[in-house]
Amino acid sequence: MKTVITSTGNTLDSNFDLRFGRAAYFCVYDEETEKIEFIENIHSNDQGGAGSKASEKMIELGVTKIISGDFGPKAMELLDQFKIRLILMSDESKKVSDILNLMKK
Amino acid sequence: MNNLSKKEPFKIAVASGKGGTGKTTVSVNLQYFISKFWSEKVLLLDCDVEEPNDLIFFPESEITGNKEVHLLVPFIDTQKCTFCRKCVDWCEFNAIVVIPPVKFAQVNQSLCHSCGACIVACNNGAISENKVSIGEINNYKTQIGVGLTEGKLKIGSAMQTSVIKALKSEDFNNAEIIIYDAPPGTSCPVVTTVSDADFVVLVTEPTPFGVYDLSLTVDLLKEMNKTTGVIVNKSGLGNNEVYEYLEQNNIPILGAIPFNKNYASKYAQGNILKNILIETEDFYKEIISNIKKYIN
Amino acid sequence: MQEITILSGKGGTGKTSVTAALAVFAENSVFCDNDVDAADLHLIFEPQIIEKQTFDSGSKAIINYNICTNCGICKDYCRFDAIHFENAVKIFIDTFSCEGCKLCYRVCPENAIEMERSLNNFHYLSETRFGTLVHAKMGPGEENSGKLVTEIRRKAKETAKKQNADFIINDGPPGIGCSAISSITGTNKILLVIEPSKSGFHDIKRLIELIDTFKIKKYAVINKFDINMEITTEIEEFLRIQNIPLIGKIPFDKIMVEALINKKAITEFIPDSEISMIFKLIWQKISI
Repeated sequence: MKTVITSTGNTLDSNFDLRFGRAAYFCVYDEETEKIEFIENIHSNDQGGAGSKASEKMIELGVTKIISGDFGPKAMELLDQFKIRLILMSDESKKVSDILNLMKK
Repeated sequence: MNNLSKKEPFKIAVASGKGGTGKTTVSVNLQYFISKFWSEKVLLLDCDVEEPNDLIFFPESEITGNKEVHLLVPFIDTQKCTFCRKCVDWCEFNAIVVIPPVKFAQVNQSLCHSCGACIVACNNGAISENKVSIGEINNYKTQIGVGLTEGKLKIGSAMQTSVIKALKSEDFNNAEIIIYDAPPGTSCPVVTTVSDADFVVLVTEPTPFGVYDLSLTVDLLKEMNKTTGVIVNKSGLGNNEVYEYLEQNNIPILGAIPFNKNYASKYAQGNILKNILIETEDFYKEIISNIKKYIN
Repeated sequence: MQEITILSGKGGTGKTSVTAALAVFAENSVFCDNDVDAADLHLIFEPQIIEKQTFDSGSKAIINYNICTNCGICKDYCRFDAIHFENAVKIFIDTFSCEGCKLCYRVCPENAIEMERSLNNFHYLSETRFGTLVHAKMGPGEENSGKLVTEIRRKAKETAKKQNADFIINDGPPGIGCSAISSITGTNKILLVIEPSKSGFHDIKRLIELIDTFKIKKYAVINKFDINMEITTEIEEFLRIQNIPLIGKIPFDKIMVEALINKKAITEFIPDSEISMIFKLIWQKISI
């Protein structure tokens, strides 16, 4: 089971990123191994299709759950096809580590 | 040089920047008066494919032709696809999603520009194209000149520029003069419309919005090296800023049409070609002679 | 938070004047000018620019004539009719027609084509007397106005979230093409500004058909309703059948233009007038 948290930076101290397709980084947390990895979102500044590209990455990684602030229609359609759970959070003052702690509880 | 002797028709685009300044009114009148005083072989081409409404002003028109405009949209055969992702790399518009571990490959139609790059990229013959309708072209007989041809974007399509291109590539060799009724704005649909125009008539209104949007359009047309003249519509309704702007920028005024609430109401009803006032006739006579001056 | 988008199909029906008139009543709101082609809202809002960003509208192909052999292969591949032979010998790319798909760059056997980024579009975050305004300026003839609309709406949404705003109000573009589609996607409510002319009526029907593919709640106002009473009646009947609430009828009045010349919303210019009351009611009805 892998969960992705959208992040504004590549450390646990980074703030949560409300954007999905345009998030700066994806924090990938593997629940089995408890391994945490930050992946840079290379499509964050693309003109269009950033949401599709981010979704493509998620499916490739075998992610089952994504925590972010907002998902665009194209991303939602694609993620839904692969039964990935989308969790919305609106508190951008939260750090990635705070969200991870909430999950581990 | 008189372009009328050449085979290529002389093209006059009517544009504005701001919407609702009177492009359609001017286009329709211009065709009418050109047919009367200049050449009967004058065609009106409605290039505002998002909202074409020249037809409204010809209640007695008859449709003489209709054709669909297509765009080629690629699709991926996942039986042949090796999921190498080369098409993904070649697509500049992020329109292709390929996920090798799950053998997923799909083209997102709303992002696709139909450039054909993915087909060239694919070494496995896994990508082919389907025709998707994006609009239509209609020809009408209208009793004026050689009639009206309009492009009409299919609702939901974002490919207005492709419809305009298809519209302009029609065969118009029966026309000596073509009037392009352009869409509002200053971006690609307008550029596509005016690109091959020999003369651009800009219609503005003397309000701050009218003047500002006119200035944007003038900048665009300068960059495109177009010859232009301005009609100030609804004059008397706003202020003098537009005249100052035109003088400072050395842009010729082709004429001014005073604001008239009765005319607005006549326009609303689609009746501008009935009971034409003598002032209107004189006004367009003047404009036509001005345009002829710029040709020579 | 609610997002309200103001649209009309036909241009010049009064979208911007209506947006400005409602802005006076729309407290705690972020405004966004979605008509990026011919943005006019700033002429009334008089923004103080706080942040300016370049919008990358893609790239354009250019030929390096030192290498080009004029073989014409690129011309055969280009689907946008952007590559021509000038005087039948020299290959030439029309940047206005180029969509930046990069195919010519990839197929050129001499590597004589380069891609140049087009950085001629800007968007701004500004302070105004009505609240924050997100607006844009496109370079002349630029592509991708739809993408720019999406970009500034995203910016407006981010700002609204930060400010904990109650409303985002989008002054929409004319037409039903890419910019209109981008301004409709994901909005909560749409206010249709209809002009009682055959053209206005024809255009609003096409717009409604487009909006209905998105299933978004629609409201309507008829602007300059007394220009043609017959068509106004027809529109009223049409709206009733369509189940679109008509939440205001604004009379034609030259004072609307005067307010504009004074860079004021009509509701600031003559706040105690009947016309301002009509706008106040429109705001009350759409904001609940």
